[in-house]
Amino acid sequence: MLLGLVLLPFAAAFLMPLLSKILKNKVGYAAVLVPLVLFASFLSLLPKVNAGEHIAYALHWIPTLGVDLAVRLDGLSLLFVLLISGIGLAVMVYSIFYLGAKERLGNFYTFIMLFMGAMLGVCTSANLVCMYLFWELTSVSSFLLIGFWYEKENPRLGAQKALLVTMAGGFCILAGIILIYRVAGTFAFDELIAQADLIQASPLYPAIVILLLIGAFAKSAQVPFHIWLPTAMEAPTPISCYLHSATMVKAGIYLIARMTPILGGTAMWGGIITVVGLTSLLFGSLMAIRQFDMKGILAYSTISQLGLIISLFGFGTDAAIAGGLFHLLNHSTFKGSLFLMTGIVDHQTGTRDTRLLHGLGKVMPLSALVACIGSFSMAGLPPFSGFLSKEMFMEAAEQAHASNLAFMGDLAYLIPFVAVVASIFTFVYSIALFFKIFFGGETTTTTPKQPKEGSLGMLIPALCLVSFNIIIALFPNAAAGLVLKGAINSVIGHGYDMHIAFWHGITPALIMTLIVVGLGLFVYWHYDWVKNLFLSYSSRIGAEKFYQKFLHGFPALTGKLTDLQINGRLSDYVAFTLCGALLLVLGPMIYYNAWSHIDISDLAPVDALEIVLAVVATCAALFVALTKRRIWAILALSVVGYCVSFYFVLMRAPDLALTQLMVETISTVLYLLALYKLPYGMLSNNPPIPNGRRTINALIGCLVGLMGFTVCMLGQGCKYFDSIAWYYNENSLKLAGGHNIVNVTIVDFRGFDTMGEITVLSLAAIGVYIMIKLGRNHLYDRHGVEPEEEQKTEFNDAGNDTVVIETDPYFQDDNDLQFPISPL
Amino acid sequence: MELLIAILVGILFAVGVYMMLSHKLLKIIIGTAFLSHGTLLMLMTVGKLKRGAPPIIVDGVEDAVYVDPIPQALILTAIVIGFATTAFSLVLAYRCYQELGTDETEQMRGDFTDEH
Repeated sequence: MLLGLVLLPFAAAFLMPLLSKILKNKVGYAAVLVPLVLFASFLSLLPKVNAGEHIAYALHWIPTLGVDLAVRLDGLSLLFVLLISGIGLAVMVYSIFYLGAKERLGNFYTFIMLFMGAMLGVCTSANLVCMYLFWELTSVSSFLLIGFWYEKENPRLGAQKALLVTMAGGFCILAGIILIYRVAGTFAFDELIAQADLIQASPLYPAIVILLLIGAFAKSAQVPFHIWLPTAMEAPTPISCYLHSATMVKAGIYLIARMTPILGGTAMWGGIITVVGLTSLLFGSLMAIRQFDMKGILAYSTISQLGLIISLFGFGTDAAIAGGLFHLLNHSTFKGSLFLMTGIVDHQTGTRDTRLLHGLGKVMPLSALVACIGSFSMAGLPPFSGFLSKEMFMEAAEQAHASNLAFMGDLAYLIPFVAVVASIFTFVYSIALFFKIFFGGETTTTTPKQPKEGSLGMLIPALCLVSFNIIIALFPNAAAGLVLKGAINSVIGHGYDMHIAFWHGITPALIMTLIVVGLGLFVYWHYDWVKNLFLSYSSRIGAEKFYQKFLHGFPALTGKLTDLQINGRLSDYVAFTLCGALLLVLGPMIYYNAWSHIDISDLAPVDALEIVLAVVATCAALFVALTKRRIWAILALSVVGYCVSFYFVLMRAPDLALTQLMVETISTVLYLLALYKLPYGMLSNNPPIPNGRRTINALIGCLVGLMGFTVCMLGQGCKYFDSIAWYYNENSLKLAGGHNIVNVTIVDFRGFDTMGEITVLSLAAIGVYIMIKLGRNHLYDRHGVEPEEEQKTEFNDAGNDTVVIETDPYFQDDNDLQFPISPL
Repeated sequence: MELLIAILVGILFAVGVYMMLSHKLLKIIIGTAFLSHGTLLMLMTVGKLKRGAPPIIVDGVEDAVYVDPIPQALILTAIVIGFATTAFSLVLAYRCYQELGTDETEQMRGDFTDEH
């Protein structure tokens, strides 16, 4: 059943194109059913999972590698799948009213279903391979959804950037997974947890941690991989809400949480995560102040808030992890509702520019309510749930020096300071988002559309989502007991008694919150001045510059590499191929010192005639390589051929000797014939091959020769297999009634091979015929000249090999490549 | 004798490859012919040499030892196919020259600089 639930969105994705044809613009109503069913089913599983039961199902997939398509639902998975299906439900209802009938709804719902299935897969996979597969699928669906309006350039660039960054992270994860497998020999999470000590003691541990964390940070848009998230805001707003704030970007957090029992608890793990998380928290909150686009503010705010959650996982104490998961839940609700609110504002006014928007509260009271609750919760103000988790963050930050970050020493005391500074700016942009847009003077009149309240279809999902900020705040312990307890248990490995309350007395956390509110209000008082101050600094930071350089530099580099390799020189291609062969064959030969394995104990005796033949053949071969006269080259080649047939005689192979003799004779005639047809100066290259290149060619030749020699010597000494010659020797007369074993083998035992040989021969004959025949007709068609006439002018004196090219009109006007065999 | 033939095979390969790396069609074809000669000898050698009589059964002679007939059968096929490819390549070279006015692979590649 669980696997069915995970695969349900994929099935729906296949149906969506069809449904969109039938239902037209009502397809959204059908699509809503999927998250509805999922949410209800997962809710029904809640009691079971809270009772400690793990729901698992596995389907054999790659049994040889021990990889199953295995799904498993524990507390952590359940928290995520509830978020995915629940927010998915809100977003899908919202989309029905947000997207006009003219949009490509079929595409939209197909992609979003694909995403939903992939995300469920990531969060329920029971092993790393499955998780990686679904992980990459989320990147692909995110790419498709960011580029939903692909007619415009910015969505395309944004989609490209998101894909490149998250996929690069994905590859790091794959590498990390492979390393983990090398250490632990398994992909399954359960078995990995049992081997946590082994993995942490392994010398590969640092590499594993770094690779997996790069992937997680890239997905969760943490500094310095955050660059893709702001540009991903080109997606339709429901998508930004769903993928780029509430669920997909949390996959990185999921990975960190999932790997905490396996890799966590070390100084390295905690240190890297804390530093990156806090950097993102601070950076995101500062950058959010700079933005004019409402979605830009929310994008940087997402980077910042995810940094907050991630840094809590870095602190690594039970309380910190509990706080992290709690804030994750709260963030999904308040950030999701703020995105939906932004979508409504955008939809109703035609702009998201904060400079144009003010005083909307009078005409859009319900949107204002959503914005009020959402932004106050984000700012960490009571009585909303954001306050509760923010308090937990403050508390954990204040105690971080006592956690597994103790190795940082006094630096750990900086953590609360960073937390307060980042929170001040979070407070400022949060309340600015509400007050500047919904208050701040008269209702705006400069927007493209006259503002009015959005339709209920869009408001209800937003209100539902934001209402959780109050519900959770009212019953924090009930909510925690219901969905958080199991999740915390999955991460820290034991039960954790979580007690959430608004009032703990005067604690350092409360004091920090009071400082944040106090200083935040002061900064907000000077909001315009602060914003201008921030804007006066350049926004192009290192990561973005690097990405742009990479984006333009990399294709240029690969282009140059390709030009180097695919340069149109046939001789270079041959050289590359041979070098590759040398690398693959001669390389291992040198590595294993193949020459020490050559067995020369059992060689046939050599007589003088054989040596003479070898000397003659060698001289002829070298002569061919050096001579400039083609007639000599051909004659020397035939000398080599005749030497070979002599050898066949000496090697007791009469059939071969006869055939070789005949073929060599005919070949020589053929070469001589061709000689007349080909131009003079056949053997001198024009343009001449430079000396350096000639040396390289000779070197390649010698190495291939060495390779041939070695293969030959190793082959003759090989004793790994018994000869099968006895079968032919015994049965040639008995079964086939022939005395000549070689002949019998060819026509009888290996008859099919011979048929293949005959086929090759026939094809070559057909090829030769067609080339000559077509060539003639071709000439005739092109110039209206009789083929015979053409032939006559081709050469005047066959005796001295000169061809008068000038008299042939054909060569003067035609330089394009036309292969005569192409009609074949 | 195997060592001698193996050295010859090496030399034939070296010359063949050197010829194949040139720019002239005829040289390239001659190069392939060298490679094919080298291969024939190599096939013969890896089956061991001169270990018995020619593989022709003579009536009345029992338990005779013959040289391995399998490489011979293989080579017989290879010789014929080698001939077919040589003939094909020669005609191809001839037609290339006729169509393009050159027997230089370097000149056949056309102007590559235009495309970039």
